[in-house]
Formats: sequence, structure tokens, C-alpha cells
Amino acid sequence: MTDNSNSLAQLTCPAPHPAKDTIVLGHGSGGRLSAELMRSIFLPAFANPVLSRLDDQATILVKGARLAFTTDSFVVKPLFFPGGNIGSLAVHGTVNDLAMGGAKPLFLSVAFIIEEGLSMEVLRRVVHSLRDAARDAGVEIVTGDTKVVEKGSGDELFINTSGIGLVPDDLELSANRARPGDKILLSGSIGEHGIAILAQREGLEFECPIVSDSAALHTLVAAMLDASHEIRVLRDPTRGGVSSTLNEIAEQSRVGIRLEESAIPIREEVRGACEMLGLDPLYVANEGKLIAVVAPQAADAVLRAMREHPLGRGAQIVGTVVESDAPIVTIRTALGTSRCVDMLAGDQLPRIC
Amino acid sequence: MKFIDEYRNADIARALLAEIARTVRKPWVLMEICGGQTHTIMRYGLDELLPPNIELVHGPGCPVCVTPLETIDKALELAARPEVILVSYGDMLRVPGSATDLLTVKARGGDVRVVYSPTEALKIARQNPERKVVFLAVGFETTAPANAMAVWQAKQENIGNFSVLVSHVLVPPAIRALMTSPECRVNGFIAPGHVCTVMGYSEYESLVRDFRVPIVVGGFEPVDILEAVLMLVRQLEGGEARADNQYVRSVNYRGNLAAQKTIQEVFEIADQKWRGIGVIPASGLRVRDEYGDYDASRIFGLASISVDEPAECISAQVLQGLKKPTDCPVFGMRCTPQNPLGAPMVSSEGACAAYYNYRRHGKQSPEKQLPVVSSQLSVKSEKS
Repeated sequence: MTDNSNSLAQLTCPAPHPAKDTIVLGHGSGGRLSAELMRSIFLPAFANPVLSRLDDQATILVKGARLAFTTDSFVVKPLFFPGGNIGSLAVHGTVNDLAMGGAKPLFLSVAFIIEEGLSMEVLRRVVHSLRDAARDAGVEIVTGDTKVVEKGSGDELFINTSGIGLVPDDLELSANRARPGDKILLSGSIGEHGIAILAQREGLEFECPIVSDSAALHTLVAAMLDASHEIRVLRDPTRGGVSSTLNEIAEQSRVGIRLEESAIPIREEVRGACEMLGLDPLYVANEGKLIAVVAPQAADAVLRAMREHPLGRGAQIVGTVVESDAPIVTIRTALGTSRCVDMLAGDQLPRIC
Repeated sequence: MKFIDEYRNADIARALLAEIARTVRKPWVLMEICGGQTHTIMRYGLDELLPPNIELVHGPGCPVCVTPLETIDKALELAARPEVILVSYGDMLRVPGSATDLLTVKARGGDVRVVYSPTEALKIARQNPERKVVFLAVGFETTAPANAMAVWQAKQENIGNFSVLVSHVLVPPAIRALMTSPECRVNGFIAPGHVCTVMGYSEYESLVRDFRVPIVVGGFEPVDILEAVLMLVRQLEGGEARADNQYVRSVNYRGNLAAQKTIQEVFEIADQKWRGIGVIPASGLRVRDEYGDYDASRIFGLASISVDEPAECISAQVLQGLKKPTDCPVFGMRCTPQNPLGAPMVSSEGACAAYYNYRRHGKQSPEKQLPVVSSQLSVKSEKS
């Protein structure tokens, strides 16, 4: 042991930088790697004032009309999961991106990338589900495209949808508008979509099956805007979860955000699954929840409006925007201490949407 | 949620904190061995709630952090071979090896798969008889029984395309090495509850005797940690040194004998290199000769891969509780979870990741400058 005691003091543990020349799954996680990719590759190439706002949708003025325009690709695996499938998700995802800009969603495009060998029946089921979701959301699918790739060059089916909506004239929603004192509202319990997909994929079974929260949120948004226009930011916390969305808002608005751990609604079965799997629900994806940053004087009215809507029954005020030198999100624990809530660093669950 | 909520209860935690404050007189340095415990301490800010004369330092119990660079390099070499499916726990994928990491090898076409259990790796072997399936079997005594069981099962079923790349480490020899180090400041240990679920805590008796250091087996929730701290402080203030158990809902004195038997069937104790620390005698497990056909190191001729670890980050001192992650000049600057310079920044159990994830909001806990407890250290001597 004497030799060893010497070595204890001297040895160090280094590790070199990992290679940076390859795309890894984490680049699609919606967390920090995605943000880096955006900053290093996409923004420099495409830079313009509309894109640079980095909102879920672009708001553009065309001959006096304020249009919201967005696009999203869906690669979820498996194609069918409790609470939805890739078809309904492809509608909800894009409708929600429009809704987060306060837009009334109007038209969608749908593009299919199909792997050779996919059963016609599977495609038919997905398409019917997509049609039903669009009908329920009141949007029309007005254009589309189909490509087929060789077996092994895709994974069954990928879908892209783009959407156009109309934004009311007097409305300004953007992730850079959060101000100290504003309240953070969350529309309901978190983590259900991510855990539902994971459970399906890994064959995990729970006493109460966990169902994805996938839903179109534009009517909830409309109800909130009816209650008050003093909503500053709307975001749906999809990939990367609530933590990544709040970190983006903090960064873009150059503020801090303080959360109250006990106020964040999480269903028992999701908590249980997360405990078992070592996941933090704050990082797990949602597809039918929204975060609103609301001026303090309007927070109660917006909260009431949310709770009166079927998709916002579990809404809570979960935190406050604060002044801060660094755009950091913190959370107050039940013990009264506080800790950081960082953006998702790597890749928690690939192909969640 | 039963077995969770009561151990996160703020009233119970406050009562324990008050009792600790009433009991403590002198300054004490306590080390929690397990990275899971470190994360609970950081996540709930327990170190900020404890009286200022109790300092918590963080131990080497992060399996990903102490897995030597050469094991990672062996895994990387295997993962790049077209005939191999490398199966691993998720944490290992982001740990940098000498040149790259498993995630990058995977992105370049290597067949790397993540599982929650080694028996899933065995299932992959059954489903892919034409491929060679290697499970990266790392960890402390906690994961050893399941890893041993997978090897045992493979032999029973005569599954010839399954093997394990083993880097198993043991807690008691690590505590002995820490206590023998002249720089050691630790007055008491919180032993890792899950390791002890398998091994019991009888094996800590000799450490308690040889170094007169109290060791209390602790759980992983805030109330567990605080109760373990209270039990240690009571012993220290009373001049006692015993092996004791806070985590009674999971751990008994002898441990899980069936699990221990499985470990002994497949593995034998061997000298083991710890990343950042070096070789500690008899501190690891290797596959017994009878199961040599399932030892990836042997069947792929990897034994010759040996890597010296260049000196850059301070994780050696962090893993031994000599320094805090925030003492590192590159912490949070050049070294972050997305650009880790050392394994403790990668792993979900790493101390650096715990500090980075939970403690960057300006209000750093005041570093507690304790008098060096040299009088305590001078009485410690190794009697074995």
C-alpha cells in the first residue's frame, strides 16, 4: 500500500476532447448540442432578422397580413404509441409551433419519406390519423410530397409538415420578451409524451399505462389570449423538456428564471418511471403542454382561462422571471435550497418526435 | 410515492438538521462514497444546510469516472469492428477515450447499443448469432451480480457469441487506499447503500478497526444522507468508531448471499486500475479462467492495450475528496458536460457534473475553510 499512497497524490485523470467532426444523435436532442449546431452551421449560413429570433415559427408581413410560418420533421420511433402516432403528432407539432406565435393555424403541407417495404396498411392508418387530427384542429392539408428510399436508407416512415397561420395585428409573442417580475405558467403535468414513447419502445409496463399528451394547443392559446394580451412568451416544451425551453427563454430575454419545485405538476406514474429510469421529468419531452410567460398583473386571469380549457385543467404558476447577470434557470427545492436547472446537455431519448 | 416522499420530507429533514446542529461540537470532514449520494447532496443543497463545521467531500464512487482510459479504448476498438455489437449502459457512451468516444464511433457506423441490464445484451446475442456481442461490464459491487449472472447464463446456454469487457471496482479497498494517503482529511464515511445491499457491511469492520474511522451505510434520498451524517457525528463526538447502517430498508449486515455467490462463481478479486487514482491492489474483479471464453479482453486479444493517462484535469483529487470540482481552473469554462475534459463531468454520478448542473447560479456555497484535522490523521495507522 505504500507505493499506492504515493501514486494517489500524483496521478490525475485527464481526458481529451471528443471528436467534433461528426453529427451525433445529441445534435437532434433539442438541447445544448442542437443550439450549438444552430449557432455554428445554420445561423451563419441563413442569417436574417426573422430567423435570428429563434422562435418556434417565423412571423412575416405579406401585403399587410401577418403570417406565421413553420416547419417540423417527425421521425418518432415507434410509429404508433399510446396516445397517438406519427400522423397525429405531425399535425399537433406544427399546429403548436404556429399557436406558440399566437397564430390561428390555417394550412399544412405534408411530405412523406417512406422506406421501401413499409406495409400499405401502416401507411393508411397513419394517413387517416393525420387527416383526423387536421380536421379536429381545423387546418387544411393543401399540398404535399412523397419520396421512397431503398430498404435500409430510412426507418419505415418520416414525415415533414409545414404550416401557415394568421397572427392578430396587435400581438407580439417572442422568446425575447420575458421581463423581470413576469410569471411562468405551465399548462399541465409534464413528461408524459417522452415516457409513453420510452415505455413503448423498451417494452416497459406500468400499472397505469402512461399515455402521450400529444394534442393541438391552438384553442387553449386562443382562450388565453381572450383573457389577456399581456402574454409575452408562449413555447411548447417538446424535445429537451421544460428545462431546455426555459433556458432558451432566459437566454433570449437575458433574464433569470426561478422555479418552485413543488408547483410543477407531474403525474405519479411519470414520476415513478423517471425515478426508476434515472430521468429528470424536467428534461422529458411533452407534445401537448405549453409554457407561458405572463405579465404579473395578468397572470391570474390567464391561469383561470387555462384551467377552464380541457387542455389546461392542470395549469399552475410554476415560477417567476428575475433580473440576473447570467441567463440561468434555478429551482427552489422542498428544503428551501436552490439549484440550477441546465439545458439538456447530451441526448436523453432520441427520436421522440 | 411510497419509499420516496417520506425520505424527501422537508419537516423530517429540518428535524435532522436541528439535531445535527445540537450534536456537533468539533469540525468534521465526512465523505460520501457514492456519486448518487453526491448528486442528492448537490440537488437538495444539503451541504448548505449543514452546520459550517461539517464539511462534505466527495468520494470515488462514480463507476464511469474510475473506469480506466484503457478500458474505454478497448471498447472503442471493439465497437469499430464490423463483426462486433458493443452493448453498454448509456453513461459510458459519452466518456472520452484517448482519441474519441463511443457516441462518435456509433455515429461513424459502429454498432453500439444502450441497455438497462446485461441480460438484454444476452438477448441481443441470442438474436444475432452471426455477430459478436460484447457487454461493457463496468461498475461497483452493485452491478457485479447481474454482470456475473449474464456470463453464467451464457455458459449454461452455450451462447458462444457473448462476452464481457470487465472493469469492476470494489469499495473497501478504495476506502483503505484513501485512508492510507498522507493527504487524507476524512473523519468518517457514508458507505454506498446499493453496494451494501449486495455486499452487506461486515467487510467495513476491518477498516473501522484499522483506521478508527466510523462508517455508516447511507441511502440516497436527502433524509437518508442527513440521518447518516447525524449517525456519524454522534459517533465522532462520542469518540466512537463503528460500522453502522442507516439504510436499513435495503441493507443487512451480511448482504445478499445469493448475489455474492454469483459474483464469486464468475469473477475473482484482482488488482485494478482506477482512472485518476492508479492501481489499487485487490480492488477489482476479473473473469475467472473457467469463464475465460466469455472474457472479451482475452478472446479479442486486447490485454496488450495499455494507456498512460496524461495529466490535465484535477479529477484525481476530486475523486479522493482532496479538492472540490469548483477548485479546478477549467471547471465550467473549458470543461462542461457537453465538452468534458474528465469523466466526472460526463457521468450522471460524477461530482463535477453535479456541481455544474446544480451550482452555477452565482450563489456558490461558501467554501468552508476548516482547520486541517491533523490531530485526527496522526492517530491513523494501518495495522494490517
